[in-house]
Amino acid sequence: MNQITQQILEEVAQLHGIPEGAYNIRENGKSVGRSSTEEIQIETRADQKGIEVRIRPGTKNKSVHIPVVISQSGLEEVVYNDFYIGDDCDVTIIAGCGIHNAGNDASRHDGVHSFTIGKNAKVKYVEKHYGSGDGNGERIMNPETIVDMEENSYMEMDTVQIKGVDSTIRKTTAHLKDGARLVVMERLMTHGKQRAESYFDVYCDGEDSGANVISRSVAREDSYQKFCSKLIGNAACSGHTECDAIIMDNAKISAVPELEANHPDAALIHEAAIGKIAGEQIVKLMTLGLTEEEAEEKIVEGFLR
Amino acid sequence: MLELRNVSFGVSEDSGQKEILKNISFQLEDNKFTVITGPNGGGKSTLAKVIAGIEKPTSGQIFWNGEDITEKSVTERARMGISYAFQQPVRFKGITVFDLIQLASGSKVTVEEACRYLSEVGLCAKDYVRREVNGSLSGGELKRIEIATVMARDAQMTLFDEPEAGIDLWSFQKLISVFEKMHDSGTHKSILIISHQERILNIADEIMMIADGQLTARGTKEEILPQILSKTGSCGCIYRTQD
Repeated sequence: MNQITQQILEEVAQLHGIPEGAYNIRENGKSVGRSSTEEIQIETRADQKGIEVRIRPGTKNKSVHIPVVISQSGLEEVVYNDFYIGDDCDVTIIAGCGIHNAGNDASRHDGVHSFTIGKNAKVKYVEKHYGSGDGNGERIMNPETIVDMEENSYMEMDTVQIKGVDSTIRKTTAHLKDGARLVVMERLMTHGKQRAESYFDVYCDGEDSGANVISRSVAREDSYQKFCSKLIGNAACSGHTECDAIIMDNAKISAVPELEANHPDAALIHEAAIGKIAGEQIVKLMTLGLTEEEAEEKIVEGFLR
Repeated sequence: MLELRNVSFGVSEDSGQKEILKNISFQLEDNKFTVITGPNGGGKSTLAKVIAGIEKPTSGQIFWNGEDITEKSVTERARMGISYAFQQPVRFKGITVFDLIQLASGSKVTVEEACRYLSEVGLCAKDYVRREVNGSLSGGELKRIEIATVMARDAQMTLFDEPEAGIDLWSFQKLISVFEKMHDSGTHKSILIISHQERILNIADEIMMIADGQLTARGTKEEILPQILSKTGSCGCIYRTQD
């Protein structure tokens, strides 16, 4: 494993070596390390376009690491990964993609992840995107996540993209059955001429299902962000979506929350706020001895934590 | 030592220039507990902001330990030892009480040390130290966190703008003891408080009365308090708190 790969693995998956338990490390278009356990089986899909991860029912307190590293300039790939999480599981899945592009050609990773989450299962899904390298080639990531949640299942999605990704279009679609709950926390920072678009379509199909989709983002310099979150209430359910964005310099942000209630007991709420850092926040930190620039950094760091 | 020389501050309004501070001059010796009082709208909070550097005076000069700081920024003044507690504390998403205390102290503090500051202002420390300083905190909680933060700064001079506002009576006694402790904690530490509370005025070494943008009276509490209390019927600027 070379130094660039190691650094990217640390950034996207907090890995300092080979992870414990089940993992699949993909580097420049192919699997370079894989381990299955008795409870978690990882296999190449029949069409060779990605992997299948099957987690045995009742598996508790286990994790799966599936990081992706692209360090070859000009590599473009579409990968399909399928996750089958059995009933009554409690597991953490750590995905993440890092592109190091030192060349002049665009590098792109489009990861299509589909989750089937069993009854009463609990899943935490962590996905971090990171880009590095001083080449002129773009670093592009277009993740798509498709989630099917069985009765009383729970999923927490924690997605982070703080640095180095030039262009990203994220699409997430989820269908929730009775009592299922989905919590999404998206954190995003763009700078330079970066563009980031996020689209969420969450269908609360079952009784007492619930979704909470939250985005916190900071757009700096000449970057552009678009956040579209649509909650569809097809039963007695509760849904909340929130976009909270700090805009700086010449950046542009578009927030498009959408609610669709197809049932009289669907309770749906949206909140969206875009604004500069409040002047009084900067002044407060200056009275503690920070410069204006240090105060801004501190406020942004806390906001995206 | 703090000195103001002929400090004025005005703002432009449709009807013309409005003078909020009018030619204020005074010196504050080190290690003094000074209370500024006076009617609402008299210019007290503006005066504190001018000293902290948040507002720039229209004319006049401010000296700190003999150095002219009139053109110094908020940051520079903070680093020179001037601390300022907001009347209405600021909320931050994602920044915790511990973060703020850490930033205020300017060095690494332990969770135990941070908890000690919180306990001193009457907050059950373990419930608060990891909480975000956001909209989930009440006005009174924020106010006490603000006071704990400036205590962590341990600055040569601390300005408090109406610290009693938003604090319940139970905590008020604790607040008085916090101020007494700050006053007694070491030499060359000064406290300047804007307050309407008789019990805060009672522990002052010196009281300054600011009304209509001017310093109208100054003296020891024995000299000033009777004058103010005799006028409370007309100006109503002093509040008594039940023991």
